[in-house]
Amino acid sequence: MAKRIEASNVSSYYGSFKAIDNVSMTVEPKTITALIGPSGCGKSTFLRSINRMHEVLPNARIEGRLTIDDQNIYDADVDITAVRRMIGMVFQRPNPFPTMSIYENAVAGLKLNGVKKRSVLDDAAEKSLRSANLWDEVKDRLDRPGAGLSGGQQQRLCIARTIAVEPQVVLMDEPCSALDPISTLAIEDLMFKLKDSFTIIIVTHNMQQAARVSDKTGFFSIDKTGDPGRLIEYDYTQKIFSNPSQKKTEDYITGRFG
Amino acid sequence: MSVLDREMPGVAMTPDNIRRRNLPLGTNLLIVVAALVVSAVVVLGAGIGNWLLVVVLASVIYLVGLNVVASRVEGKRAARNRMWQTLIYAACVLAVLPLASVVWTLISKGASRLDGDFFGSSMANIGARDPNGGAYHAIIGTLEQVGIAALIAVPLGVLGAVYLVEYGRGRFANTVRFFVDVMTGIPSIVAGLFILSFWVLVVSKWFNDGNPEYSGFAASLALSVLMLPTIVRSTEEMLRLVPGPLREGSYALGVPQWKTILKVVLPTAAPGIVTGVMLAIARAAGETAPVLLVAGGLARINFDPFSGGQASLALYVYQQAGDASKYAPARAWTAALTLVALVLILTIAAKLLARRNKLTR
Repeated sequence: MAKRIEASNVSSYYGSFKAIDNVSMTVEPKTITALIGPSGCGKSTFLRSINRMHEVLPNARIEGRLTIDDQNIYDADVDITAVRRMIGMVFQRPNPFPTMSIYENAVAGLKLNGVKKRSVLDDAAEKSLRSANLWDEVKDRLDRPGAGLSGGQQQRLCIARTIAVEPQVVLMDEPCSALDPISTLAIEDLMFKLKDSFTIIIVTHNMQQAARVSDKTGFFSIDKTGDPGRLIEYDYTQKIFSNPSQKKTEDYITGRFG
Repeated sequence: MSVLDREMPGVAMTPDNIRRRNLPLGTNLLIVVAALVVSAVVVLGAGIGNWLLVVVLASVIYLVGLNVVASRVEGKRAARNRMWQTLIYAACVLAVLPLASVVWTLISKGASRLDGDFFGSSMANIGARDPNGGAYHAIIGTLEQVGIAALIAVPLGVLGAVYLVEYGRGRFANTVRFFVDVMTGIPSIVAGLFILSFWVLVVSKWFNDGNPEYSGFAASLALSVLMLPTIVRSTEEMLRLVPGPLREGSYALGVPQWKTILKVVLPTAAPGIVTGVMLAIARAAGETAPVLLVAGGLARINFDPFSGGQASLALYVYQQAGDASKYAPARAWTAALTLVALVLILTIAAKLLARRNKLTR
């Protein structure tokens, strides 16, 4: 089920501005990969390129090859919605649908893709809410608005919504930046659980988190504002955090950058 | 001593002025009375106006006096706050006053003919000496014409706005947007003339053995021309307010764009869209000129909007207000009251309908 992701010479643009330059990396199935780096270095742009969310913005485009199990997702005849169904995404700011209840939010992906059977939806809602460690908190008020939950609960609801459609790859764009340590821990535990069946790529500013959860880590950086971001180093997490081969990486993870 | 303390004494909080000193209500009322007295003496003494000028001048004097007295008692900043607060309340009252006046005039003058006869009969065979006669035919006409116009304009307008916000890129979309803006300014009589020359004089001949014919449907067409730009513009604004991350959240679940728009974007924007649609409907219901031009107005009941002339409430008001019969003005007032009530009921119903989803308030 889990897929191998291979990026070769990927460059992303916003209009004429080049946001990332020539990124190549291979992500093995059933692993957690962390992307770290300073703000504006293109980690999120790269992440959004993997499920073709980058091109939602006007004038955004991409060069290079990005393959999922040897299929280039940027081929002209690829169905974007099929790609996105396969590659789920959790955003930095929780974005539950305001017109839907907690229950409807959790199964939104199934419902909007045409699943109507009540029993299937009920099962999926409970299963995904349990996996996202939210079930106990909301099981008595599933018909209340999803937007009425606290920030951390909303984010876990969005994670539940993402895994309810059982994608093969889950992309997470700083999913814990709005969460308290307990919810963060819950989500990290969840990531370990999901690793058994999914490939996970996570963008994070929290280096301890990257060190805790990931198998491999990619370090992105820019030389100066206006330059495109580059992948400086990509290696096993242990190696990156103990003995990085690049000076820049070492400076960043020890806090001596710039 | 802080910079704020040095530069703006009395603004910064220091241990001995964290408590507000309040202007007593009595003093406030005293200023009102003083302002009225001064103003009355000046205006009536000099003989330059009547009580209205007294009130206007008094409010100006009150504002200045309040500012002076309050800054003595409460300090400069608090006095300024008090002055603006008073101004804002005054503006609010001024804004509501005409509305209350309109409602009161309508009710007081329209109540005399609020009877079963008015709502149950038409103006057929009603002469200048007949005190009865009603607006049943006009109510039917308004409901049918505005209903059909809404059926045409609402789907077109909402879909057009969806195109402009979600799909439209480049020159074509900009052109459409520009012409929608131009359409907003079309006078209703021009829309009426357009439908008269296009539908009544040309197309309606094909259905009526070569004779041009008035119809309620022609009025609906003219009204929908008037409603369309309002609906497009208001819906467009509402759709733009839906946050982008909501769309992305839906895309990330593998939901196609059309379904995202239908199930996520439109429901989120629904209350605002309904408000815009109701504004357009209210405007259309109040139009007189296009109905006069293309439906002609008819004194008897005509249920069929597709053939023969029809009246409408606004047209009825216009006709009755200009009628020589001494019973006509009362009918005009009652019809005006009915029209306002109708729009009000429609608006309330639409708001309730949009709020039916209890998750959004």
